Amino acid sequence: MPEITSSARMEHLERLIAFVAGHAETAGFPVQRTKEIELAAEEVLVNIFNYAYPGMTGDVSIECRIEDDLRLVLEISDNGAPFNILEVPDPDLTTPVSERHVGGLGVFFVKEMADTASYRREGDRNILVLSFAKHRHGTGGQEHAGHVQE
Amino acid sequence: MEVENTGKEKDRFIITVKGRVDAVTAPEFEKRLEEWIDEGETRLIVDLGGLEYISSAGLRSILTIAKKMKTKQGQIVLCGLRDTVKEVFDISGFSTIIPLCESVDAAIGKT
Repeated sequence: MPEITSSARMEHLERLIAFVAGHAETAGFPVQRTKEIELAAEEVLVNIFNYAYPGMTGDVSIECRIEDDLRLVLEISDNGAPFNILEVPDPDLTTPVSERHVGGLGVFFVKEMADTASYRREGDRNILVLSFAKHRHGTGGQEHAGHVQE
Repeated sequence: MEVENTGKEKDRFIITVKGRVDAVTAPEFEKRLEEWIDEGETRLIVDLGGLEYISSAGLRSILTIAKKMKTKQGQIVLCGLRDTVKEVFDISGFSTIIPLCESVDAAIGKT
């Protein structure tokens, strides 16, 4: 299964994103959906870069597979501090500029762009699994798109 | 990511951004805009027609710039958002707190 591992540093972000985008493109995902997948991956990776390894260095790994020719599945893992990114509360989207903060927005994008998202801790590793169908599910007639499976 | 001053019309300072504003490029994007604001430009029109991708890091920079503009009683309008960039603005609620316009011409006409 295709996998990439690098040290968890911002200088590797674009290379890691390109890995994910390449697989989505090869699997025939539309351009806009590929960018949505890149966005979700970036937000997860940036969180790992910023928070997983306080005062030290560590790795991040991404496994990418295509299921049934329909779904792209990412497993993003690190062996940093225990952290479930999916537990971060959603930001308040209605506050005006003067009071608005950006905290929580990255995680919110992950939940909006991915069709399913789950977290588990295995030994000393945080493992986040995200899946993406070829088109982001619409919001009409559905519940808030933030499916979390435990 | 490219960010350039591409014109000045009716004292609006026009900036064109191309490429991607992600966690790697957002600091440069923010720094360039802040430099122009510090130089005294307080009526900015930012053409995002060539912006292909933006993440929360980019939105953070835009929010910082928008707050800075408010302290200077300035004005910033973002134009030409498309595809995933427009989607990101809509989902995050930024479409309702940052002035957007279809095009630079429309922004000049309106502001």
